[in-house]
Amino acid sequence: MMAVILGRYVYFMTAVLLVIGLYGMIAKRNLIKKLIGMNIFQTAIFLFFIQGATKPGATVPVFDARLGTEAAHYLNPLPHVLILTAIVVSVATTGVALALLITIYRRYRSLDEGIILKRMGRS
Amino acid sequence: MSHLPLLIPLSLLLPALVIPLVGFWRSNLTPAVASLGAGLSFAFAVFGLLAVLSQGELRYQLGGWPPPIGIEYVLDALSAFMAALITGIGLVALIHARRSLLREVPDRIVPFYALALLLLAGLTGIVVTGDLFNLYVFLEIASLSAYALMAVGDERAPVSAFRYLILGSIGGSFYLLGVGFIYFTTGSLNMSDVAQRLPGLYESRSTIAAATFMVVGLSLKMALFPLHLWLPDAYTYAPSAASALIAPIMTKVAAYGLIRLFLTVFEPTYLRDMLPVASIIGWLAAAGVLFGSVMAIAQSDFRRMLAYSSVSQIAYVGVGIGLANPLGLIGALLHILNHAFMKGCLFLVAGSIRFRTGISDIPAFAGLGRTMPWTMAGFSLAALSMVGVPPTAGFFSKWYLVLAGIDASNWTAVAVILASTLLNAVYFFRILEKLYLVPPHGGAAQVKAREVPFEMLGPVLFLAAGLLFLGLANAVIVDEVLEPIVASLYNLESQGL
Repeated sequence: MMAVILGRYVYFMTAVLLVIGLYGMIAKRNLIKKLIGMNIFQTAIFLFFIQGATKPGATVPVFDARLGTEAAHYLNPLPHVLILTAIVVSVATTGVALALLITIYRRYRSLDEGIILKRMGRS
Repeated sequence: MSHLPLLIPLSLLLPALVIPLVGFWRSNLTPAVASLGAGLSFAFAVFGLLAVLSQGELRYQLGGWPPPIGIEYVLDALSAFMAALITGIGLVALIHARRSLLREVPDRIVPFYALALLLLAGLTGIVVTGDLFNLYVFLEIASLSAYALMAVGDERAPVSAFRYLILGSIGGSFYLLGVGFIYFTTGSLNMSDVAQRLPGLYESRSTIAAATFMVVGLSLKMALFPLHLWLPDAYTYAPSAASALIAPIMTKVAAYGLIRLFLTVFEPTYLRDMLPVASIIGWLAAAGVLFGSVMAIAQSDFRRMLAYSSVSQIAYVGVGIGLANPLGLIGALLHILNHAFMKGCLFLVAGSIRFRTGISDIPAFAGLGRTMPWTMAGFSLAALSMVGVPPTAGFFSKWYLVLAGIDASNWTAVAVILASTLLNAVYFFRILEKLYLVPPHGGAAQVKAREVPFEMLGPVLFLAAGLLFLGLANAVIVDEVLEPIVASLYNLESQGL
């Protein structure tokens, strides 16, 4: 049992982060907290990609004459590049979401879902 | 090496960047630039479709890097068909949008057009790319522009757009997680390369996880029942022009993504026989068809009714995918085409009514059949097609879906499609009655309503005429376009369906 957890703890951590993020997005009433949940959720996926790139004893993927061309000596750079792109997407999403939240706050003077729904019904 | 696969999204992406600059100089030029870009892209897509049908698929290596190292754009019959549909409907909606925007959000015309083209660029990018991760990026480009487009509507729009953003991001992230599993199992992201490496790994748990995450993510974007919660509010509160642009094509592109996964990335039998994914989608879609129709009957706001009807109609596509046989796929693709025309036409009519009268409340529609006769003629054709009255287009896609249900001995699917036809009839005939039989009462707006300017009427009538044309030419479309698509996806001989 311990061996399973120690060997795969990265996956467990990723899963825990994913669930925390999902919980935040779905269960929290405050819209900012939902957004934070979304960021945690996406970060969990980024970490999942990054851990997939690691190899024990490998180094940065820049050619080094002492290490030669053996692929096992270098980390896999592709997941890092993918995740850089995904981070850009995530930043853009967060930006759009914050812009929406500013508009919502100006209109309803609140970021609590319940209060907003109540004020929406009245107008 | 043909450049066509790249030119389709590029001729939308460049104007999207140019429009803000043009807008600084002359903001009234932006609609023309936008239509030009969409028209150019449509021309490339149609040209590509013809080329693909006669010579087979076109592949373009980005930056000259051969796959699987580089990103590859693939224009095969299915993606060319989808690209032509997206750009064609997009062009029509953009032409209609100008007057409607001037009335509803006059100070936001320039950003609207820039975002609209970015949306179309993202959607066409999804269909032409041959790379799983690139698909994610385009999916998020399209979604982000859709959130922004929907947020500029009336005062509730930002809240519904935010809800869409949260759920849409969950969908996109699930898809990305699935891509991660695929990459770590196969070591590749190129769709055809992955397809070659996967068969030995089908039993692996990571492949199963990948398939599950990707299917759930795309179903969220597709608004497949019960993951449709973001859709009704988002479509209702968005500006008319934005719903008319987004509703006909956005969810269909996610359905395209599912079809790609089912048939190109995985083998057709994998998600049907080894994992019960197809039947789960089929059952949920069948529930969604009924749920959407029943909810549509209960709505008194015209656009909200159309939104629930979208939930029901996209589920038809889901039924076709879920049946997972060639006939079902033909039905699904034909319904993607027909429904894009129908929903496009209906949302344009909703925009036109709002343009003239400012209402979208169905009880207030009384007598509009007399004051706006041509617009309402277009509406009536689209409504008949939604119900499925021959010879309008809507009849034929339902026909193929029913045939596919019989072929698969799935009687639930058959019964659901027939039942939903009755439900469609209930909610559309209710409006037709208001329009033509009930005399206008009281409201000055309806009495004074006039026909909309030709710039808005043209697109409505074009789509309505298209519905008749698609219905009458349906045999040609199925034989010449859809059967080759389905045959190539299923690796069948074209005539042996």
